[in-house]
Parts: sequence; structure tokens; C-alpha cells
Amino acid sequence: MNFDLAYMLEIIPELLVYIPITLYLAIVSMIIAVAIGVVLSLLLVNKTPVLLQLSKLYISFFRGTPVLVQLLMIYFGLPQLFPWLNSLSAVNAAIIAFSLNTSAYLAEIFRAALISVDKGQTEAAISTGLTYRQAVWGIVLPQAVRNAVPATGNMFIGLIKNSSLAFTIGVTELLAQGKLLATATLQFFEAYLAVGIIYWGMTIVYSWVQRWYEARINRPYEV
Amino acid sequence: MIRVSGLKKSFNNNEVLKDISFQVNEGETVAIIGPSGSGKSTLLRCLNYLERPDAGSIEVGEVSIDAEKPKKVLVNQLRMQTSMVFQHYNLFKNKTVLENITYPLTATKKYRRREADAVGQNLLEQVGILDKQEAYPISLSGGQQQRVGIARALAVDPHAILFDEPTSSLDPEWVGEVLNVISDIAQKDKTMLIVTHEMNFARDIADRVIFMADGYIVEEGKPEDIFDNPQHERTRRFLSKYGRQVSTENNKEEPALVMA
Ligand SMILES: Nc1ncnc2c1ncn2[C@@H]1O[C@H](COP(=O)(O)OP(=O)(O)OP(=O)(O)O)[C@@H](O)[C@H]1O
Ligand SMILES: [Mg+2]
Repeated sequence: MNFDLAYMLEIIPELLVYIPITLYLAIVSMIIAVAIGVVLSLLLVNKTPVLLQLSKLYISFFRGTPVLVQLLMIYFGLPQLFPWLNSLSAVNAAIIAFSLNTSAYLAEIFRAALISVDKGQTEAAISTGLTYRQAVWGIVLPQAVRNAVPATGNMFIGLIKNSSLAFTIGVTELLAQGKLLATATLQFFEAYLAVGIIYWGMTIVYSWVQRWYEARINRPYEV
Repeated sequence: MIRVSGLKKSFNNNEVLKDISFQVNEGETVAIIGPSGSGKSTLLRCLNYLERPDAGSIEVGEVSIDAEKPKKVLVNQLRMQTSMVFQHYNLFKNKTVLENITYPLTATKKYRRREADAVGQNLLEQVGILDKQEAYPISLSGGQQQRVGIARALAVDPHAILFDEPTSSLDPEWVGEVLNVISDIAQKDKTMLIVTHEMNFARDIADRVIFMADGYIVEEGKPEDIFDNPQHERTRRFLSKYGRQVSTENNKEEPALVMA
């Protein structure tokens, strides 16, 4: 067995340089996905006619098709239909695809989080003279956030890893750079293992942050 | 003052309130009693529009509203006239005991934080739970939670307070402390409407008792009259089930109560 540990350690710093682009893809996509997900979940919970059916169709499509197919459709397919999209950069196409895909899952997570807040909480808020909006912002959403954090965190971890799919449309991110090194030196195992370890490291650090945050927001609910 | 006339409410085809009219005068404590499913909670919840009535009119304090054309602004104003104490307390789980009281004050009444804290602490002292002001609801006993619920209802200084079975989900050991707090408030001439299954309590603190059954008010009157000398067969039948609870000599002599 010839495993070149020295080589692997040597390329890690070269790969670390690509953490920012990977995090950029993941974080920007996550922010947009959360925004879309919140709106969708409110449509689902309030059962707004027509919009409810459209939301369900959207969710069904983006959950029912592979994210890679969505990515290719958006980057290569959309400019074919709408020529003005020719200037869409690969990074932006990736962000759009990841956002839309993740938002479909988040919508369901947020819906469940909202409906698991006891109706009595809203009623109590309204009965003290708060408006519905004040009740939702001050009482319901903070409790829904707590319900949603664990599953949302899992989606974010998934997003960090799935951002590697962006290499298929030519974004030079972490995996793309690893592949470049691998093919240059033919030390595939070392290169891909290094890439894997870096993803692993990112998810571990993120998990710490989430655990700290969960402990913080759970405090009111622990005896 | 609360004035309700011709109030009707159905859920789908289930007609729950069939034509309810009554009045609660300023400073009066009125108890509503009646069998399970008779519409007591629904009636109370119509008064602050947690349920939307189908017909009739509701007047509380300075606000009156017609169920046929309830304007959103009026509904909000109506809700400001009352506050509610719930069977399951419904304390805001994400807020501390003190914040449970001050949040509605700062959010709606535009109190400053410090003023709201002072109001809140004063009320917590009154209900005997000031030492728990920093605690979260989950760490309190049922009786403690309900006393906070009562303080929260008092804090918004409403025209009237609505109680929906405030002691029904309490362990027996906590019932007394909560009833005592409510009695204290009743003595301060707050206008109160209390749905309760505690017949002795209703008898002791109510100025008037309303007996509801099947979506109607069957009869109303002074507690002595309703409990000792009910006019309607339906009332007698209901009270006989609670006969042991309303333990007065009069009851034992009343043959209708024993036989029904
Ligand atoms: N949100 C609702 N949707 C459908 N039906 C309802 C709803 N709320 C109450 N009802 C029905 O209305 C009727 C009256 O209910 P309500 O809760 O007002 O009775 P209650 O007198 O308070 O009874 P209890 O003493 O058990 O609390 C019941 O038949 C109940 O099933
Ligand atoms: Mg009830």
C-alpha cells in the first residue's frame, strides 16, 4: 500500500483556500432558502387558496427531482429558454439551484415547527390585547424557531456538502480543486481524502456552533 | 359592564349558542355554570372574539360590536377591554414569569420597560409569587402558573376579566390558593365573568349565577336562589349531580335535588 501522508498534508493548505467559496455557496443559499421557506410555510399553515396549491407543487417538484438535475437545468437549460440569462454565472446558478432545492425541504420543516406551537399561546397573546402579528412575532415564532433548529441545522450540513455539486458546472470550489490536484499528480486517494476531511471538519465545527445555540434557546424550556 | 344580546354561534351544523342575552354590571362577579358541552367556553371566547359569533351584539366597556359586521379595528378594541384566564394557563413559554406580564404591556400599551416591570412586580407580589419572577413557566407548579396567569390578566387593567375554568386542570392541592387569589380580586370590585365547576366557590364569590344548558341561558339569579331554590327542572337535574358539592342544609331538604 502506498499512501502518501506527507503529500496529503502538503495539499491541505492549498485546499483550505477554497473554504470561503464553499461557505459562500452554502451560506448565501441557506439565507435565501430560509426566506423562501418561511413564506412557503406560512402559505401552508394559513392554507391560502391557490397559493397553497402552488406551494405544494413547488415543494413536490424540488423534493422529487435530483438537485444535480435542477442545477443543470438552471445553468444550461434556462439560458436556452431565456437568452438574457446567458450571462448567469455558474456561482449564481448554483446558488439559485441550492436555494430553491433547500427551501422546499425547509418549508415542510417550518410548517411542522409552526403547527407544533400550542394554539393556546396565540390565544393568550390575543386575549391580552396583542394583535395577531404581535402574537406571531413575539410568541409563536420564537417557539417555532426552537422547534425548527435541529432539522434546519441538518439541512445546512447537507448544503455544505451538496455545494460540491457546483463543480459539475465549472465552479472552482473545494472539490473542483481537489479533483484538479488529483488528476495532476494521480494521487487520487490522498487528494479526495483531504477534501473529505475538510468537509468533515467544517460540519464538525458547525455542529459545535449549533449545539451551543440549541443549549441557549432551550434554556427556558428546561426545568 | 358587559352586555350581550341575541348571541348565536354554530360550528358547522352544530348550533352551540342559540340566543344568548345577559348583562354583567360594573364591578359585578358573575359565575356561569352548566353541563359539559353546553357552550360556556364558546360564550366566553366570543366575548373576546377568539371565536367569531354568527349573530348578535356584544358590548364591553366602551366598545360595542355587531356580529353581522365586525370591523377589524373594533375587534381589536374589543379585545383590549377584557383579558382571559385559561384552564391550561397558557403562559408564554418563551418568556419569564415577569416577562409574561410585561410583554403585553410594552407591546400594546406602550409602557416603558421600567414602568412595566414595576407593574408586573407589584402584581406578582399580590398573587404571592414575586420570588419566581425570573423563572420560566415550565419550572412552576400548576397553582403557581395559574397565579401568574391571573396576574397577567390583571396587568392590562381590563374592563372585565374572563375566567374559563381556572382551577379545572389543577391538582387538588393547588385549587385553594388559586381560588383565594380570585376571591381577593372579586372583593376589589373588578368586573368578572367566571365559568366554573366549583359550585361552592361560585356560591361564595358570585353576585349572580347564570345556568346554561344546550346553548341557552336556562336561568339566572342570586347564588342562593339558583342553588337552593332553582326554578327549572333542567337546573335541578344539573345541580343534583353536584349535590354533594353544594353542601348546605337547604340542599338536603330539597327533595327534587335528591330524587332527580
Ligand atoms: N373549535 C370548535 N370546533 C368545533 N366544535 C366546537 C369547537 N369548540 C367547541 N365546539 C363544540 O361546541 C360545543 C360547546 O363546547 P364548549 O367548549 O363551549 O362547552 P363547555 O360548556 O365549555 O364545556 P366544558 O364544561 O366541557 O368545558 C361542544 O359540542 C363542542 O364540541
Ligand atoms: Mg369549557
